Amino acid sequence: MSATFDVKARRSALETKRIVSSAVGWGLCGLAFLLVAVPLLDLVLTITIKGASAFSISLFTTSSNGVTGGLLAAIVGTAVLSLGSLVFAVPIGVGAGMYLSEYGQNRLGSVIRFLSDTLTGMPSIVLGYFSYITMVIGLGWQFSALAGAITLAIMVVPYLARITELSLQRVPVQMREAAYALGAQERTVAFKVVLAAGAPGVITGVLLGLAISVGETAPLIYTAGWSNYLWNGKLTNQPIGYLTYVIWTFINQPYKSAHALAFAAALLVMLVVLAINIGVRVVLRPRT
Amino acid sequence: MKRQAKRLNLFRLTLTSIAIVIPVSLIIIVVFLGQYAWQAIGFNGIRFLGTIDWSLGNLYMNPVVTRGYQVPIGADYGILAFIVGTLFSSLLALLFALPVAVGTAIFLSEAAPDRVRPVLSMLVELVAVVPSVVFGLWGIYVLAPLISHYIGPGITAVLGFIPFFNMNNSTGSGFGLLAAGTVLALMITPIIATTLYDALRQVPLDLRESAVALGATRFEVVTKIMMPTVRITLIGGVVLGLGRALGETMAVLMVSGGALNYLPKTIFTPISTMAAFILSQLDSALQDPTNMAVKSLAEIALVLFVITLGVNAVARMIVRGATFVRNI
Repeated sequence: MSATFDVKARRSALETKRIVSSAVGWGLCGLAFLLVAVPLLDLVLTITIKGASAFSISLFTTSSNGVTGGLLAAIVGTAVLSLGSLVFAVPIGVGAGMYLSEYGQNRLGSVIRFLSDTLTGMPSIVLGYFSYITMVIGLGWQFSALAGAITLAIMVVPYLARITELSLQRVPVQMREAAYALGAQERTVAFKVVLAAGAPGVITGVLLGLAISVGETAPLIYTAGWSNYLWNGKLTNQPIGYLTYVIWTFINQPYKSAHALAFAAALLVMLVVLAINIGVRVVLRPRT
Repeated sequence: MKRQAKRLNLFRLTLTSIAIVIPVSLIIIVVFLGQYAWQAIGFNGIRFLGTIDWSLGNLYMNPVVTRGYQVPIGADYGILAFIVGTLFSSLLALLFALPVAVGTAIFLSEAAPDRVRPVLSMLVELVAVVPSVVFGLWGIYVLAPLISHYIGPGITAVLGFIPFFNMNNSTGSGFGLLAAGTVLALMITPIIATTLYDALRQVPLDLRESAVALGATRFEVVTKIMMPTVRITLIGGVVLGLGRALGETMAVLMVSGGALNYLPKTIFTPISTMAAFILSQLDSALQDPTNMAVKSLAEIALVLFVITLGVNAVARMIVRGATFVRNI
């Protein structure tokens, strides 16, 4: 589709106007793209430069002490919370996705689909507040790794369910039919044929869920709390630190060391989130 | 044969019960929030939504019985300022995001060369995955000073005769409505842009060819033929973005300036949104021995949830079949 048309005759005023306004229009569209891309690049650059200058060996080997020290406890905490959330989210999310894809073409399926999308749209702070009322206070867990991980899991499950559903639906019906024809049971077909064939999509979902968990802040503040100390393995009644908390609170402290830690934490979080997102797009998406 | 049939049902039953966990957890969340906020709903009544004074009352004196509930003396919970802050910042974000998103989607779909299109569209998608708190950090470090030193004085110079756009009527720190709206705009632009981009790519080739055959320039094909075709999807994307903006917490909390008990007088005035307020006020609300403040926060969470639920439901009805999860 070539953009220009060779017109031999002299252009009329109207034609000139149309050509000029088209050019202006394309220019504005390009400008709009720059308005999205430039802030992203600026954000990535700013945080990379400021964060990398705060990197040192001790950043990864010591824990924060007030507003100085390293990020070891926070890094471990983020890993515990986000991997812990997957422990709950993967079986439920993948199972629900399998149901929706294999047996969900009915009324119950569409109800679950609708409510799952509703849950995805729920503001994370509302979810955090719910967890605070129920788990932190109601069950008496206090600020804890378990309350934080379950809260994150509730956020991740609907994503995971829908991504699983989408990727399993793309497995050809013939594969299911062939397996049934060989006498396979429903369970075998679901796990060994459908889930195996759709695995790349499901893994994508799990990784994206991990990225969401690593970058979340609001729902953790009133469920996981904050701690300067390395996680000691207790699931309840023991607050736990995490990287996003460092970003949020340390940037508001009037100390250089605090700002350096905030940027270092932001760089770590951003690296993980961007690496996962770029990775799944480059590796797993066949771009047509 | 009979035994096998029974096993099949067990497998299905297990999957079904796992799937049901999702709607059940949603219902549990709403029920618990509602139950927890119940006393606050009774105490606050409709004034909750219509007044701007949020006061915990005197926490050092014994609580008194007001309107049938035990509350601290002088306690009053009105969230109008936060509702206004939420709506203003989200609408401002939409105002910025809509033209930018439309331009971006057209650029990606029609102007970007085929070879770099995947990279450029990934760039736009990546804006949507940057964690909220990282946006907030960037807002504090880059955007707020930018507004305070350049954008604010610029707007004041051009539109300063309108009090609403005059920075001299505010603290001039850069933290406020404009900063919140800008960060939100940046966060929802990719949502609208990718929804629109996907739709533009699916416009039938016949339509474009017919328009070109009639002598339309390529830009006219886009504006006069393709955009009208995808307008419903665009509206859905906008509403979806609005839903995200209304509930956004961290980034807004970090750049909004955290206002309490006043309505924004200018675009530079500090504001608070409902989501940011819940997060920032829980600590002080916990000081209230009667728990009415904490319960009123739960009521805010409930109101916020109902609003976003409505917005998202509308978006979903418009974009039928579209999901939050992009087709990866």
